[in-house]
Amino acid sequence: MVNSKATSGSAALTGSNEFSRDRPLLEIKGVSKKFGDFTAVNNVDLDIYQGELFCLLGGSGCGKTTLLRMLAGFENPSSGQILIDGQDMSEVPPYKRPTNMMFQNYALFPHMTVEKNIAFGLEQDGLAKTEISEKVDNILKLVELQDYKKRRPQQLSGGQRQRVALARALVKEPKLLLLDEPLAALDKKLREQTQFELMNIQDKVGVTFVVVTHDQEEAMTLSTRIAVMDKGRFIQTGTPTEIYEYPNDRFVADFIGSANILDGEVVSNIEGKVEVTTYLGKFSFKNTSNIAKGSTLYVGLRPEKISISRATSKSKNIIGYIDDIGYFGNTSRYKVRLDNDQIIDVTAQNQKRPKDEKDRLTYEDKVNLSWDNSSAMLLLK
Amino acid sequence: MHNERSRFLTFMLYVGLAFLYIPMVLLVIYSFNYSKLVPVWGGWSTRWYKVLFESPEVWEAVSLSLQIAFINATFATLLGALAGLAMVRFGKFRGRTIFGGMLVAPLVMPEVITGLSLLIFFISLKELIGWPLERGFTTITIAHITFSLAYVAVIVQARLTGMGISLEEAAADLGAKPFKVMSAITLPRLAPGLLSGWLLAFCLSLDDLVIASFVTGPGSTTLPILIFSRIRLGLRPDINALATIIIIFVAILVAIAAFIMLRQQKRELIDQQMAARGDV
Repeated sequence: MVNSKATSGSAALTGSNEFSRDRPLLEIKGVSKKFGDFTAVNNVDLDIYQGELFCLLGGSGCGKTTLLRMLAGFENPSSGQILIDGQDMSEVPPYKRPTNMMFQNYALFPHMTVEKNIAFGLEQDGLAKTEISEKVDNILKLVELQDYKKRRPQQLSGGQRQRVALARALVKEPKLLLLDEPLAALDKKLREQTQFELMNIQDKVGVTFVVVTHDQEEAMTLSTRIAVMDKGRFIQTGTPTEIYEYPNDRFVADFIGSANILDGEVVSNIEGKVEVTTYLGKFSFKNTSNIAKGSTLYVGLRPEKISISRATSKSKNIIGYIDDIGYFGNTSRYKVRLDNDQIIDVTAQNQKRPKDEKDRLTYEDKVNLSWDNSSAMLLLK
Repeated sequence: MHNERSRFLTFMLYVGLAFLYIPMVLLVIYSFNYSKLVPVWGGWSTRWYKVLFESPEVWEAVSLSLQIAFINATFATLLGALAGLAMVRFGKFRGRTIFGGMLVAPLVMPEVITGLSLLIFFISLKELIGWPLERGFTTITIAHITFSLAYVAVIVQARLTGMGISLEEAAADLGAKPFKVMSAITLPRLAPGLLSGWLLAFCLSLDDLVIASFVTGPGSTTLPILIFSRIRLGLRPDINALATIIIIFVAILVAIAAFIMLRQQKRELIDQQMAARGDV
């Protein structure tokens, strides 16, 4: 029953990324925000570099929007410091900051046409009329809304409004573009399409984006780096791959994608090799941190990293019975009940069309589970 | 079953409408009564309209009431809007709760009390600084502003809360200084609220009898005071004629408002259709 051939597990990828050479564009140093007794943002540190598309990801009330509003200048930090391009922002009001924000409900001015909405920011800078109209035309071309100049926001669809909001924020060429749930108001199909458009546009204009989102898929597709937030703190910061493949925390493992979380106990920690026992057998991980023998922690195993097959008499891996099936077309999600009544989630690609009913796995089928031990994730909390 | 219920509802609708409008219809009919005694029908005639048009004190009262209403509405809107803005947009300032409570107090205060206290106020003011010398136009206007501004403040507060702050934040984010945010975003968005506040203040002033009776003086007779003082001596047919004219005037205003609203709805529908075609 024990998968004996346990290979080495996770070691977080090094924190290097292609942007880290220069001084960070945005530096957040020990920033907290309290509303009365409630701490919305709790002592957060973060560096964001020129050209990044950075996502603040978390559930509602995790403090991500408050943090974004502090960057825009709508809230002042209770303590800590925010620097943009090395310049302290604490005394700088929103209208003087080198940031622009795309609001969640777009906040387009309903009494102005699309053209006027976009020109508004440029007018505040006192640009010449010809320059303004040139810039407006260019940005409208970028978001493909040239023909909608004279319309009012109410006469546009959700997707068009979203693009106007983006254009209005981008036209001022901010150092930092802040996006509050930019895609939340769109329906699913349009959202997927717009994700890629957003990335293309960011690529073209080269502006640094900070995106707030609760949608983990959106964060994974869009970002160069993600900070996962919970209760006002950063739980983990890293590239999408780091966050997904090497989460260091149960919350992260469960929030991004899904994971089977197993209780584990450290049986040995010798020369950076940690061995952990769980009810699915022994796992070993390369780990440099000091984990005492006998301490309890968790092992995560993603459903898609487990293969499932009909059990044969020769099977010697984990055996279980199918308790429930979720059929999604391209994949199926199986809930497999083990002998000890624990349930393990398994996702399988439906690579082939089943030839007949017997070919398909069904309820109470006896199945064999296996995985590559390097796929297991060591979760310290 | 369903059918019966709806027949019952239809019946109740007519009962309700009758309850509201039969008195007015009667009033209109009696205004065309030839007889000098209101309850006695003496045949159709327009003589009381002629009497009405030939009595100058009625037109003086109408003119006075309209002037007071206009000045009152303008000042009440200005002050009420400022109060509403302070309540909704200025965050937590010292004494905000007390200010909010005092702002709505005139709404729940019995008019008799408001009128009496204002009268005492004007009298003691005259003792202290010798102004206002006599009560009339000025005192009525001031009295009306004090209670009308509370209504305007409530409307403005509701409108500001409903508007949310994100448009103003967006403008600030795009580089607009606070004054520009106010003039380019807040005020245009607030305009419908200000207009309805102004109209409400105007109507409240035209309508007011109790407070005006307290703070008025000799020679300043507003329309409600005039009507009431004449009715006290018995029903009079020329007052019926005056009331009929007022009813027609109000009906025309309501019709215009309905027409504007209908046009607005149509435009919104067209906007929605345009928007729906956009998502491809």
